[in-house]
Amino acid sequence: MPRVPESGSDATTTDVPPGEPVESGDLSRVAADLAADAHVRASRWDQDGGLPDSVRKEVAASGLLAADLPERYGGAGLHPLALGEITARIGGECSALRGLLTVQGMVAAALLRWGTEAQRADWLPRLAGGELTAGFAATEQGAGSALGSVETRIEASGRSGHRELVVSGHKRWVTFGAVADVFLVLGKYEGRPAAVLVDAERAGVRREPVNGQLGMRGARIAHLSFDGVRVPRRQLVAPPGLGLSHVVGTALDHGRFTVAWGCVGMAEACVEDAATHAAVRRQGDIPLGDHQLVRSLLARAAVDAAGARELARRAAQARAAGPGHGVSETLMAKYAAAAAAAAGSRDAVQVLGSAGCAPDSRAARHFRDAKVMEIIEGAQEVSELHIAERLLRRFGDAARGTDRHVRPRLPGESP
Amino acid sequence: MNDVTSQITGFLSAALRRRVEPDDDYFAQGFADSLFALELVTFVESRFALTVEVEDLDLDSFRTANRITEFVRRKTGAPESGEAHAEGS
Ligand SMILES: Cc1cc2nc3c(=O)[nH]c(=O)nc-3n(C[C@H](O)[C@H](O)[C@H](O)COP(=O)(O)OP(=O)(O)OC[C@H]3O[C@@H](n4cnc5c(N)ncnc54)[C@H](O)[C@@H]3O)c2cc1C
Repeated sequence: MPRVPESGSDATTTDVPPGEPVESGDLSRVAADLAADAHVRASRWDQDGGLPDSVRKEVAASGLLAADLPERYGGAGLHPLALGEITARIGGECSALRGLLTVQGMVAAALLRWGTEAQRADWLPRLAGGELTAGFAATEQGAGSALGSVETRIEASGRSGHRELVVSGHKRWVTFGAVADVFLVLGKYEGRPAAVLVDAERAGVRREPVNGQLGMRGARIAHLSFDGVRVPRRQLVAPPGLGLSHVVGTALDHGRFTVAWGCVGMAEACVEDAATHAAVRRQGDIPLGDHQLVRSLLARAAVDAAGARELARRAAQARAAGPGHGVSETLMAKYAAAAAAAAGSRDAVQVLGSAGCAPDSRAARHFRDAKVMEIIEGAQEVSELHIAERLLRRFGDAARGTDRHVRPRLPGESP
Repeated sequence: MNDVTSQITGFLSAALRRRVEPDDDYFAQGFADSLFALELVTFVESRFALTVEVEDLDLDSFRTANRITEFVRRKTGAPESGEAHAEGS
């Protein structure tokens, strides 16, 4: 599996003093150490109640979280490609840990883009410094792919002369929801989509940890209830009406980017495990790798992984142009990488046989986690709708004046 | 139609796959998908070499091509009759 380039090879310490900007080379080294640790411990986290708080805090203190934020907000100003490589490195070992990076990055990206200067100055350094763990709370029982139908209410409180908001609703499947300090919550304000930051410690916030789900078992997932939770109005992010299209849209775009790279890491790890096993394992006198059918599985997985990496790289390059760039490239990369991870992990388990079914099998864990990647941040089918929509736009004749509107409505669209 | 507005209606017509006139309220008409709003912001930023801040974002300033034109003029300080600063991509 390709390794993260270690450009800062002269740096010998991973003890980054808090508040000091770090070089991407240093962060690559931190990520490599973290990945090595996860290589040994991830299956334990997967089986025993999740990523321990101590590890989460260690990661937070290392400067890896939201490291693509500009230095003035406490980030390392990491180039998308460097962020991608780091995410792949970690995702190749543990999706729960990668999920921590993903969620923190999503909330930070949304605030960087659509927070006021005061909000950015208040929240971003605490997210980048790891003082706060963020959660992203969009999904509800009745609103998954189509987030436009969320029912969580965000209302002005008459009591406090409209300086407070009251948040009421139920959110599901919040990654790190069991331990996060602050949630970016999608709701409706006077019927219009709105996003608000809700601190976990406020009265009326309840968490119900989720255990035993198919994948991402280490990711401290929780369902959340907000029962008339009062927050200062200054925690509203962007004006009501823009909470979904702009705030959540930006968060999901960033999430798709790190999920894509995480899946690249998973797909590559599966190729490594399957090929290693096929090279050394013999049945009778014949190494598994001498069977043409096994070679076919290996070859296809390797090509899928390499293709996913190139699409993720292309997305990273497009994103380097600045916020808002590379949205469609990222969507395509996430789609391809989730498919590569799902197919590659399935075939890796196949080649590994019973070893692939063992409780501590990395391929088995990736197999379960990769299926989840085909559902979150836009299910595969939803990604296909968007990808095809952009093809029709590019090649269609509507731009030349034919007034047609013939396409299925996409999730989140207004009727 | 001035040049700024025609660039904007050109983008909108291509993105929404239907002819968009300067006063069409395309959000209300429901033709925008969930990625479109961000693509529109990015288009306006790079085509007119400006940055859209959250303070600029009330729903109305992006509601029609003519509104976007007004917004671009305000941000770039271009006079009413001026031609576009067609910079960026
Ligand atoms: C492990 C895990 C972690 C998660 N973490 C978070 C989190 O941190 N924050 C958060 O807010 N949410 C989170 N989610 C929720 C996740 O984002 C949703 O599961 C996802 O958006 C899909 O929504 P849904 O489950 O309601 O499925 P539905 O929207 O009901 O869709 C079910 C299936 O129907 C198909 N489908 C849906 N729409 C279409 C369409 N338009 N065209 C064709 N087919 C379609 C797809 O195959 C899809 O998989 C998490 C989920 C999981 C499993």
